[in-house]
Amino acid sequence: MADAVIDLKHLVKKFGKQTVLEDVNLTVMKKQIVGLIGPSGAGKSTVIKTALGMEVADGGSATVFGQVMPKRKLLARIGYMAQTDALYDSLSGRENLKFFAEMKGIKKTELGESIDHVSSVVDLQDDLDKRVSGYSGGMMRRLSLAIALLGNPELLVLDEPTVGIDPALRRQIWQELDAIRDEGRSILITTHVMDEAELTDKVALLLGGKVIAFDEPVALKTQYRVDSIENVFLKAEGEFK
Amino acid sequence: MRTFAIMRRVLKEMMRDKRSLALMFLAPILVLWLMSVIFTANSTTSVKIGTVGVTTSVSTNLDQVKHISVHHYVSQKKAKQALKADKIDSIIHKTGDDYSLTYANTDSSKTSATRMAFKTALTQANINQMKLQLGVAHQTIGKLQKTLPAPVQKRLQSQMPKQKKATAPQITNHYVYGDSNTGFFDKMLPILMGFFVFFFVFLISGMALLKERTSGTLSRLLATPVKRYEIVFGYMASYGILAIFQTIIIVMATIWLLGIEVVGNVLNIIVINLILALVALAFGILLSTFANSEFQMVQFIPVVIIPQIFFSGIIPMDSMASWIKDISYIIPIKYSGDAVTGIMMQGKNLSSFGLDIGVLLIFLVVLTFLNVRGLKRYRKV
Ligand SMILES: Nc1ncnc2c1ncn2[C@@H]1O[C@H](COP(=O)(O)OP(=O)(O)O)[C@@H](O)[C@H]1O
Ligand SMILES: [Mg+2]
Repeated sequence: MADAVIDLKHLVKKFGKQTVLEDVNLTVMKKQIVGLIGPSGAGKSTVIKTALGMEVADGGSATVFGQVMPKRKLLARIGYMAQTDALYDSLSGRENLKFFAEMKGIKKTELGESIDHVSSVVDLQDDLDKRVSGYSGGMMRRLSLAIALLGNPELLVLDEPTVGIDPALRRQIWQELDAIRDEGRSILITTHVMDEAELTDKVALLLGGKVIAFDEPVALKTQYRVDSIENVFLKAEGEFK
Repeated sequence: MRTFAIMRRVLKEMMRDKRSLALMFLAPILVLWLMSVIFTANSTTSVKIGTVGVTTSVSTNLDQVKHISVHHYVSQKKAKQALKADKIDSIIHKTGDDYSLTYANTDSSKTSATRMAFKTALTQANINQMKLQLGVAHQTIGKLQKTLPAPVQKRLQSQMPKQKKATAPQITNHYVYGDSNTGFFDKMLPILMGFFVFFFVFLISGMALLKERTSGTLSRLLATPVKRYEIVFGYMASYGILAIFQTIIIVMATIWLLGIEVVGNVLNIIVINLILALVALAFGILLSTFANSEFQMVQFIPVVIIPQIFFSGIIPMDSMASWIKDISYIIPIKYSGDAVTGIMMQGKNLSSFGLDIGVLLIFLVVLTFLNVRGLKRYRKV
């Protein structure tokens, strides 16, 4: 599979005695949005962190852009948004964006333009010069997403990006994600919001440390003979127990 | 380039944290000012000296010294009782030609005042006596010389200086409490200066890195292609700058507020304190990885910081067990204290402290290496 951007094979991850990931197989192709859903504590964030090399796998392999992770240089091609809003709250939104842009190695000449673009996607242009300590929860989430979008990375890895963001803006963000995909870039996104899962190209259902279903939303609905991903989720969870 | 970006960011955050800034810059000045008030007050308090068997000429001279009053005692026993009862601060006891001085030494400034006053009085008395003797001798010799034949007169004149050699009285010192080194502010200051630098840089940098870790910004930072050493170096650069300013302010306060003379080059003091600050920074970063909250970071103070004072050389180590002395070799403040003492008081050059600087640099390199390695816990490459 030459076009696989992320390829997880038989991934195992343990924290002490607790085996969080037993056998995770997941592929994200070029020009694809893959949604990772599962109950809280299923290990969605752990899948992401292992794929990025922030945690070391206890078994199996994580390959990104055809190279085995962890690999520092590949991080320049990935935009990562963690589940927690990790921001410097004594700095303004703009200063946060500028700092992370410098860390990502974005050229000085492209800096201003890049910051303008990502802040308009998350509708933060007017609040960029306020300190983050004065931001609401939703604004912090948006700034966090904007940081991940900096520098047009080929791969976006977003951990619950739309928590605390209101519906109108959520729609706007999804339009941007679609545009990113249409440009030929890839997105791995975890979510709790089931109707968001409907918007993805492929959904992976993580339960009991395994991906128990991985297919297009329509195919999954047919397979489980229900009318929404939410019901797929409930039915799968019921069967699992 | 990333190193500079991180440095700029850390400095920006610091400039906006007014409370920490105040702590770093104003707290040392406040403490030094308080000390200066206390020490100036001490130098004007009156000192009471008990004398036993001291000639009236010496004790009159003593009494004439400012802030000194003299009380006579018939025996050493009586004087000791008075010393114990806090009625006098020291005893001067004359036996034969020799003097024995006993100091309560609970207040080192009184001890040095006594010592100074006694020296002055003794010299004064000696000069007076010599003048008197010289006068008498001159007259007698003059008379004698005239009665002698010329060759003998000549020989006598050449021998005269040798004969005039008086034996100096022997002086022994006794301390009821401590010894001659106890509580010398001058000796403390260079160590104290290092302590301020170490303490604040350790605490504030440790807290900063802890916050970076617990808030998740460290993970986010490590999710970019930044190199681990760039993060550590960025922190070193920013806190190095801070330490330079802090040292300048402390040195200025020392000179202006305390009126203490800095014999050596202030620049050399800054260099030493800068290295010490970097060691403190590396230490703070390292220990912050073992803390999960700011309170746990504060818990390191009694474990890590307080022993630094004890082993730094403020308290003389000569009489302690050798294993205690060995501990002092791993105390960074001891090395900076040694060097700054030499620069400040003896005007020595940096080159005289190659060993001290070398040891500090070894600390720095080892701790920095551990920190760069330690970041592997959050990103494997
Ligand atoms: N660093 C860690 N140390 C120990 N346990 C962890 C760690 N990170 C996650 N876990 C555990 O792994 C499980 C999955 O966590 P996570 O991946 O955050 O779930 P999700 O993102 O699906 O809600 C949880 O039970 C959590 O307690
Ligand atoms: Mg999660």
